[in-house]
Amino acid sequence: MADLVSHPDEVKVVSRRFGLGAANLDRYLELDGYKAVQKALAMQSADIIEEVKKSNLRGRGGAGFPTGLKWSFVPKESAKPKYVLCNGDESEPGTCKDRLIFEHDPHAVIEGAVIAGLAVGARKAYIYVRGEYRYLSLIMQKAIADAYGRGFLGKNIFGSGIDFDVFWHGGAGAYEVGEESALMESLEGKRGIPRIRPPFPAVVGLWGGPTVINNVETLASVPHIMLGGGEWFANLGTPRNGGTRLFCLSGHMNRCGVYELPLGYNLKKMIYEVGGGITGGRSLKAVVPGGSSTPLFRADEIDVAMDFDSVAKAGSMLGSGGVTAIDDQTCMVKFALRIIKFYQHESCGWCIPCREGTDWIKKSLTRFHAGGGLRKDIDDVKYLAQNMLGRTFCPLGDAAAMPIISIVDKFRDEFEAHLEGRPCPHAKEGDAANALLPMLAH
Amino acid sequence: MGTRGFGFGMADANITVDGKKITAPAGSLLIDACKNAGIEIPSFCYYPNLSLQGACRMCVVRVDAPKMPKLQTACTTTISDGMVVTTDSEEVKQSRKAVVEILLGNHPLDCPVCDAGGQCELQDMTFTYGASESRYVEPKNHKQEQQWSPVVFFDSPRCILCYRCVRVCNEAMDVAALGVENRGVSSLIVPNGGDHLDCEECGMCIDICPVGALTSGSYRYKTRPWEMNHVSTICTHCGDGCKTTLGVRSSEAGMEILRGDNRDKSGINDDFLCIKGRYAFDFANREDRLRQPLVRKNGVLTAVTWEEAVTAVGDKFAEVKQSGGVFGVIGSPRSTNEEAYLLQKFARSTLGTNNIDHQRTADFPAFVSALAGKPEMAGSMRDAYMVPAILLLGGDATDEHPLLAYQVRNNVRLHSAKLYVVNSQEIKLKRQAAEFAQIPAGTESGVAAFLAGDDSAVAAIATAITSADAWRALRETLRSAQNLLIAFSSDLQGDGIANIAKFAGSVSGAKVICLADYANSRGVADMGLYPDLLPGYASAAKAGLDLAGMSAAAQQGKLGALLVVGANPVYDLGFAADSLNNTFVVVQDMFLTETAAIADVVLPSASAYETSGTFTNTSGDLQLVKKAGDLHGTKPDFEIIVRIASAMGVDVSTLVPLGAGTTADMGQSRGAQSGEADRSAVYLQKQGLEARVSPFDAAALFDEIQRLVPGYDVSRMNLMAGNDVRTTTAGKAAALPASRGESLRPAHDTLFSSGSLGRYSRVLNSVAENRDSKLVEVAAD
Ligand SMILES: Cc1cc2nc3c(=O)[nH]c(=O)nc-3n(C[C@H](O)[C@H](O)[C@H](O)COP(=O)(O)O)c2cc1C
Ligand code: SF4
Ligand code: SF4
Ligand code: SF4
Ligand code: FES
Repeated sequence: MADLVSHPDEVKVVSRRFGLGAANLDRYLELDGYKAVQKALAMQSADIIEEVKKSNLRGRGGAGFPTGLKWSFVPKESAKPKYVLCNGDESEPGTCKDRLIFEHDPHAVIEGAVIAGLAVGARKAYIYVRGEYRYLSLIMQKAIADAYGRGFLGKNIFGSGIDFDVFWHGGAGAYEVGEESALMESLEGKRGIPRIRPPFPAVVGLWGGPTVINNVETLASVPHIMLGGGEWFANLGTPRNGGTRLFCLSGHMNRCGVYELPLGYNLKKMIYEVGGGITGGRSLKAVVPGGSSTPLFRADEIDVAMDFDSVAKAGSMLGSGGVTAIDDQTCMVKFALRIIKFYQHESCGWCIPCREGTDWIKKSLTRFHAGGGLRKDIDDVKYLAQNMLGRTFCPLGDAAAMPIISIVDKFRDEFEAHLEGRPCPHAKEGDAANALLPMLAH
Repeated sequence: MGTRGFGFGMADANITVDGKKITAPAGSLLIDACKNAGIEIPSFCYYPNLSLQGACRMCVVRVDAPKMPKLQTACTTTISDGMVVTTDSEEVKQSRKAVVEILLGNHPLDCPVCDAGGQCELQDMTFTYGASESRYVEPKNHKQEQQWSPVVFFDSPRCILCYRCVRVCNEAMDVAALGVENRGVSSLIVPNGGDHLDCEECGMCIDICPVGALTSGSYRYKTRPWEMNHVSTICTHCGDGCKTTLGVRSSEAGMEILRGDNRDKSGINDDFLCIKGRYAFDFANREDRLRQPLVRKNGVLTAVTWEEAVTAVGDKFAEVKQSGGVFGVIGSPRSTNEEAYLLQKFARSTLGTNNIDHQRTADFPAFVSALAGKPEMAGSMRDAYMVPAILLLGGDATDEHPLLAYQVRNNVRLHSAKLYVVNSQEIKLKRQAAEFAQIPAGTESGVAAFLAGDDSAVAAIATAITSADAWRALRETLRSAQNLLIAFSSDLQGDGIANIAKFAGSVSGAKVICLADYANSRGVADMGLYPDLLPGYASAAKAGLDLAGMSAAAQQGKLGALLVVGANPVYDLGFAADSLNNTFVVVQDMFLTETAAIADVVLPSASAYETSGTFTNTSGDLQLVKKAGDLHGTKPDFEIIVRIASAMGVDVSTLVPLGAGTTADMGQSRGAQSGEADRSAVYLQKQGLEARVSPFDAAALFDEIQRLVPGYDVSRMNLMAGNDVRTTTAGKAAALPASRGESLRPAHDTLFSSGSLGRYSRVLNSVAENRDSKLVEVAAD
C-alpha cells in the first residue's frame, strides 16, 4: 500500500476521504457517503447531466473530454441495454492515482458509476480493474458486496423503484485494454484489440449497447459535484477546466507522491514546491507532464499552468496526471529507449505502424544506446515515430510516437554525443531510466 | 458491410476524389466508391464481404471535407454528400510507403523461393510505392515454418497480419479454425486447435493470403506462377460446378496440374472452392493413369497401339451388330455434355440400341416434368446467394454441395436471408437457420406431401422437436416467404418432387433446385443417357434396358457387348464381375478400375481437365470445360467414340456434323445460333478450299445440342466468354410416366470424398487419414 503525502496547497476533493478508512461502508456513510446518489435519484436525468456540464469536469483518463457532454451523447431510447463502464485499467507509466481511489474510497467509484447510470438511463455498471491491481480488486469486490448488502445496489435501490447492478471485472495485464474500445472487447471476453470508430461507445458500446466509459477519478469526482454543485467544482479550477486533479509526482523529486491540486496549478511550482525540488541538489533537465505518452518539456519550458488547455497550448498534454521530473544526470537516449520498450511490449499488434514501428524503434535504440549507433539512426527513429503519429488504429501509436519525437527533437545533442563518446556518456548509477524502472516495469 | 448493404435503398452521395466527381450510394465505403470509379486505393486487410479491420493502414487518404485532423482509412470511412477526398498527395503516398517499408523491415524477403512470388500483394505495393531501399539493419524475427494439415502450411515471418485468413475461415466458412495468439510484434496466426488444423481443409485461407505466409501442401515450392499456364475450367467433383483456374505445367507425361483456385472470382463461386476443387485435381497427375490401350490376349490385358485397340473394338461391335447381338452402353455423370450426347447418339444410331444408362443420382426426369410449363421456377446457384429465403430439404449440403452451402451461408450472413432447414440430422447449416425442423430419417417425401397440402402427412414428420403445430406454422411461414428458393436432396424423387413443385407453385416467386452428386449429373440426364428418354427427356419409341436390365441380360449370357465410358459397373453399379464372362466388354477410363480389369479392351481416356466441352451443374447452369493440356497416350472419350464408329465403317459425319463430307448450310437448318465453325466452313468453301473441321472437336457437336436439346438454346457468345449461362427446363417433355421407378445411386459425398473419383486423390485420402493424427513440425528448408 502506498504512503500518503500531503502539501498545504492541496485542495482535497476526490482525496478527502483518503486515509480515513472509507473503504469501510459505515465509515464511508459517516463521511457523507451515498448521499450524492440519493440526491441524484430525486433528480431528472437531464438535470444530472446539466450539473456535470456546469462543473466543467473533464475526463481524467487522459483525453480530457468534457464528461457532461459525453453523457449527453447517449441516446435516450435504445433497443439494447445501456451501460456505464468505469475504466480502472490504470497502466500509464507515471500514473498511480486510481489505485489510491480504489484503496481509500472505493464506494465513491460505485456511487459515481450509479449516478452516471442514472444520468444516461443505464441500469448496469462495470468497474474494470487493472489485472495487476490484485489487492485493489479485493477491496473493490468487498465494497460492491457491502453495498448490495445494504440495498444500495441491486433491486429497488434506496427504495427508489430503480434496480441497479454494479459488477467488478479484472483485467489480464495489458496497457492497451485501458483504451476504451479495447476495454469493451476485453470485458466481452475477447482479445484486447480496439474497435473501429465510429460508432463511438456512447452509441454502440458494450455488447452493442450505448455505453458511457469514464476514468475512475472522473467518476469519483461526480458525487462531490452532486453534493457541492457544479459551479463550486468549476470554480476550483480554471475556465473550461473544472475542479482538482490527482497529480502523480515521480522521478527525481524529493517528495514524490500523489497530490490533489486545482487544475491550472503551475508546473514549476508543482515540481519545486509540492515535489520539494530535484533530488541531490541536481538540476532539472526535462519533465514528462502527463504520463509517459505526452511530449516532454525541457527544464526551461515548465512555467505552465497545469490544465488541459494550457498544457496543450504549450505543446504537450495534461494526459493522465503523471508528472515525472528528469534530472541533468539522465541519459535521454536511455530514457527514450525505456519509453519505447514499454510501448513495444504493450502494443496490441493489431495495426502495422504501431506493431512494427515500436519494435523497430526499440531495436534501433537498443543498439544505438549500446554504442552501435549510426548517424542516420537519429533521423530514422524520428521518421519511424512520425509514421506512427496519427496513422495508427488507436492512440497507442501516438502515445508511443509523441515522447520519442519530442526527445529526438529536444535532445538531439545527446544522440550526437552518443555517437562520439561510446558508450553512453551519461550512464551513471541512479539515472532516471533506472530510477523509473519500477514504475515503467513491464 | 455486405454487398446488399452497398447501395441498397440508399440515396446517392456526390463526392469529389482527387478533383474527380463521383456519385455513389451514401453510406457506402469510400474504398468501394473509389474502386467503382476507377480510383484504386491500396489495401491489405480490406477484403470485400469480410468484416472491416482498419489494421494495415495502407488505404489512408486525406479527407478535406468534412475536414478530418488525421489521415483516414478509406476502408472504414463511409461516404456522405459533399465529401472531398485526396488519395494521391505526397503525404498520402509517403504514409503508404512507410507502411510497406516497416513491413519489409521484418519480412524475410525470400521472394525468389516464395510461392507467392510474382503474385504477391506486398511485392506489388513495394513496386508501386518504391520502398525497396531498406533503413532496417536489425536482425529479423525468425520462426520455423509449420505444417498444420496435409494441405495447409504456415510460414509466419512472411505473415503481415492482415487477418484475412482468420476472417474468411470464421465468417465465410463458419469454421473458425484460425485465430491470433500473443500481442504486439509477437502476434501470430495460429490454429485454434493448437498445433494443427481440424477443419474443412478448403484452402480458402491460403488463397486469400496476400503474401506467401499460408501455402498449400500440394503446390508449395513446386513452381513459380509465371511458369504455369493458367486455364479456367470447371471442377470435376460435385454437382455444383465451381469455376476454377488450373495452374498447369508441361511435364514428361504431357502436363501436370499444380494448382487450382478461383482468385479472379469469375464464375458462380466468387473465390470459393472446397478441398476437392482446390486440391483433388491430383487424381489426374497419378502415375498409374492408363496411358496405353490394352487388349486382352490369351486372357491377359496386353498393351497395344491405339490403332489395334480401336480396330478390335470396331470389328467386334460390327460383328455383334450384324449378328443381332445385344449391346449395353453405360455412360458417366462425369462426362461432358458433348460426350454424353455423342455416346447416346452413337448407341442409338450407330449401335442401334436404346440399352443405355448411367449412374443416376437424382430424379431429373421427374424434376423437369414437375416444372413443365414453368421454367421460371428453376433456381440457379447464383439464386442461392441472392434470394431472401431458402428452404433446404434433406441432405447435408456442407458435405455434398459445398458451394451451395457456401452461397446459402453467406447469403444469410451478408444479406440476412432467412434459412429454413428440414433434416433428420442436425447439419452444420442449422447454425445459419432461422428455423430448423428435425424429421425422422427417410421422411423427406412426407414433408413434400405435407407442404403440398396433405395434412395427413404431418403425423409421419412430426417429432419432439417439431410438433404438428410447429409444422403448420412453418408451412405458413414458408408460404408467405417472398422468392423462396427450395433446394432438395435426392431423398425426394417422383411424387415427392411433384409435391414440392406444387408447393413451390403456390409461393410467390419460389424456385426449386434438384440436388445431384456428380459434376455433370444434370447434363447427362439432359443429354438422354436413359434407355427410355432421348435428349431433352423425350420418350424413346421403345425403351431399352436400364442398368438392372443390362446386368440381368449379362447374367443370362445375353449381353453381346458392353461399352463402359467412365463408369465402374462392377464396383458400384451392381454388376457381378463373373456375369460379364460372355460379354465383350470395352472400358474407356483413366484408371484400371475393377471393371477395366475384367474388360476385353481398355481405352485410356482423358480426364475432364484434358478435354473440352460443357458441364451443366445441378441447378442447370451451363459452363465451359476447357482443356488444360494433354496427357500423352490418352484420348478424350469424345474422340474415342468417334474412332470406334469410324472403325465400324460408319460415316462419322452422321455423328459429328462437321466431320469430313459435311457442308455448311449458312445457318439455314441451325438457326441464328449457328456456330463459329460453320461460318469458317462457309468462308473456306467460298475460297474453294475444303472445310476441314476435326470430327474430334466436341464444340462441333455443341451446335447440334443447341439446336436439338430443349433448354440448351443459350447464348453461345456468353458461354464462350467463360460465363455461366442458364439452360432452362422449357420445352422438355411434360408427360412422363407418373413414376418411372428411378433407382438412384447418390454418391453421398463428404467433404473428403467424391463419388467414384475421390478414391484416386492422394490429397483427399491423406486428409481423411490425418483427421485424428497430429502433424509434426517440418523444418523450414
Ligand atoms: C493506449 C491507451 C490506454 C489508455 N489507458 C487508460 C487507462 O488506463 N485508464 C483510463 O481511464 N483511460 C485510459 N485511456 C483513455 C480511454 O480510452 C478513455 O478515453 C477514458 O477512459 C475515458 O474516460 P474519461 O473521459 O473519464 O477520461 C487510454 C487510452 C489509450 C489510447
Ligand atoms: S496503435 Fe495499432 S497496434 Fe498499437 S495498440 Fe493501437 S491498434 Fe494496437
Ligand atoms: S483450410 Fe478452410 S477451413 Fe481450414 S483453416 Fe483454412 S479456411 Fe479454415
Ligand atoms: S497468414 Fe496471410 S492471410 Fe493470414 S494474416 Fe498472415 S498475411 Fe494475412
Ligand atoms: S485496407 Fe484499410 S486499413 Fe487495411
